[in-house]
Amino acid sequence: MVNQAKSMFDKIWARHIVSPETADTPAVLYIDLHLTHEVTTPQAFSVLRDRGLGVRRPDLTLGTVDHSSPTTTAGLRGIATADTPQARQILEFERNCRDFGIECLGLDSEHRGIVHVVGPEQGATQPGKTIVCGDSHTSTHGAFGALAFGIGTTEVGHVLATQCLLQRKPRSMAVNVGGVLPAGVSAKDLVLALIGKIGVGGGSGHVIEYRGSAVRALSMEERMTVCNMSIEAGARAGMIAPDETTFEYLRGRPRVPGGAQWEAAVARWRELASDEGAAFDKEVELDASALAPMVTYGTNPGMVIPVDGRIPATGDDPALQKALEYMGLEPGAAIAGSPIDIVFIGSCTNSRIEDLRAAAAILRERKVAAGVRLLVVPGSQAIKRAAEAEGIDAVVRAAGGEWRESGCSMCIAMNGDSVGSGKYSVSTSNRNFEGRQGAGARTLLAGPATAAAAAVTGRVTDPRELMV
Amino acid sequence: MDPITRIHSRTLVLPATDIDTDQIIPARFLTTTARAGLGRHAFEDWRYDADGTPTAHVLNQLDPGDHRILVGGHNFGCGSSREHAPWALLDYGFRAVISTGIADIFTANSLKNGLLPVVVDEPAHRWLLDNPGAEIDIDLEACVVRLPGDREVAFHIEPFARYCLLQGIDQLGFLLAKNDEIAAFERQAGPDVSAATNPN
Ligand code: SF4
Repeated sequence: MVNQAKSMFDKIWARHIVSPETADTPAVLYIDLHLTHEVTTPQAFSVLRDRGLGVRRPDLTLGTVDHSSPTTTAGLRGIATADTPQARQILEFERNCRDFGIECLGLDSEHRGIVHVVGPEQGATQPGKTIVCGDSHTSTHGAFGALAFGIGTTEVGHVLATQCLLQRKPRSMAVNVGGVLPAGVSAKDLVLALIGKIGVGGGSGHVIEYRGSAVRALSMEERMTVCNMSIEAGARAGMIAPDETTFEYLRGRPRVPGGAQWEAAVARWRELASDEGAAFDKEVELDASALAPMVTYGTNPGMVIPVDGRIPATGDDPALQKALEYMGLEPGAAIAGSPIDIVFIGSCTNSRIEDLRAAAAILRERKVAAGVRLLVVPGSQAIKRAAEAEGIDAVVRAAGGEWRESGCSMCIAMNGDSVGSGKYSVSTSNRNFEGRQGAGARTLLAGPATAAAAAVTGRVTDPRELMV
Repeated sequence: MDPITRIHSRTLVLPATDIDTDQIIPARFLTTTARAGLGRHAFEDWRYDADGTPTAHVLNQLDPGDHRILVGGHNFGCGSSREHAPWALLDYGFRAVISTGIADIFTANSLKNGLLPVVVDEPAHRWLLDNPGAEIDIDLEACVVRLPGDREVAFHIEPFARYCLLQGIDQLGFLLAKNDEIAAFERQAGPDVSAATNPN
């Protein structure tokens, strides 16, 4: 008998097929939510203008500004008159949104923030949807049981003009995470450990579904952290079946169905989970109970070890030799105790309120080590306000850290916030590529508690030592 | 777009594995709102010191006009979805990238701009890494790479993208022609599908 059991990915994919895939042509896949920002859209809007096309469904499109936006109040005040490429890009995006009838949470919106933080916060991200954005970390939205993936600018143009994409169905991969995350070990550590295990190309061509007891126990914010990093394993998307945790997070948010429609929506969303016995092209097992706080030592997220571990010997691996040379780190050395210069807490991976609380718990009544700079950048203006209401800004400032306006900031170093050549940064973002945080920057990726611990000791530190 | 059937050129070899899009075009050059001119900054941080002095990198030693085929290490183009990466490579002078593995989004972006992403098997890749500057032929019609000595290596390219490249047409026209089907889909789609994102 054929296996009739369907995975969540199968169900969502099937429901969005406008015309099916054939040997000659990919499927035409309908997109329910198109998130847009200033960096990957200008050339797409130019194509629309050149060809006299409009946006087919502005009501399914939402814009915000994040990558190039200033995170200082002075920078924000000066933007209208600043003659910088960043300012021009932001203003052009806001103008494009106006011209094409797209709702834009622009620089003066109290709802703006990093696109992958804003979508869920606004309730625009919902289970069962197909969601795209010209940004690889669109995988974040899969935490809600949506099929969400990054696209290039040409495809942004396709979605603007037709609300559809030409796609061949990717393969599927189940990542089963059993056990329980130990105290002091975060969702970031979980996903870094996974990438360390399967490698930065380990998910290529696949959509990952994260399953198992340790995944079910995660909050929505933690689930977003995990799905966010799916792309760092090369996966097309990452997703987690919606459950009570998902529905509780979404209930009452601005863009979710209200009243009687809410119950009906939840009932439909419950049907999305993979059927018992659904087949996956690949399966990977991970035991959460065995994990420790993780930190990267190299120049891609797969070069990662437990914070109490040692940097591997390079042997005759040229990639590792090149990485350690760039990082200025010794093969075989312990990573704990390595001196650092900058700590960045932010990005679509770890800039939500729970992340800021985890960092603040370490920073409270402590000081940032001499010579170290700490930058805390909330993922959205709403998170910034929520954190300020709890006094987190005061904790950061009292420790000697900088408290900023929302944006991508030092995750990508496009807006002027950058680490500096040769300097070491412990960062809660998602990429430690050469130069990612500015030319010559040396990035060590970690979770928020590990980053905060490094800020106060000035060295790579196991955060559990400061948690007692 | 001009039709592409065949690319004949010398190779330029960058053997590093996992060459990510931040290496191909560093993020600080993404503030542009145009697609032209990015070749100047392709591999900027490999080609120039912090003070702007050209390095001894192989990219600075070879004429891009004579080396239109880039051979990269495994998992080429990983990282961000920036289409600026294939734009920069094309503007620099490359017409094809060969590796044993090329990242998904980078592949999709390259195909839409006429940069051929060619995945070959390990032995062929090894040969290419060991013979930088080899004069080779990529035949998109036959989907083979021809190496010196009449050696042929087959590769696969998604058939529709290949058709568009051979004809020199873009994929947007195909989607626009589906307008009636898309409209019919929107009318019959159940709840959740195509539900407006604006406040109720
Ligand atoms: S925070 Fe970093 S990874 Fe996330 S969208 Fe912004 S630049 Fe990209």
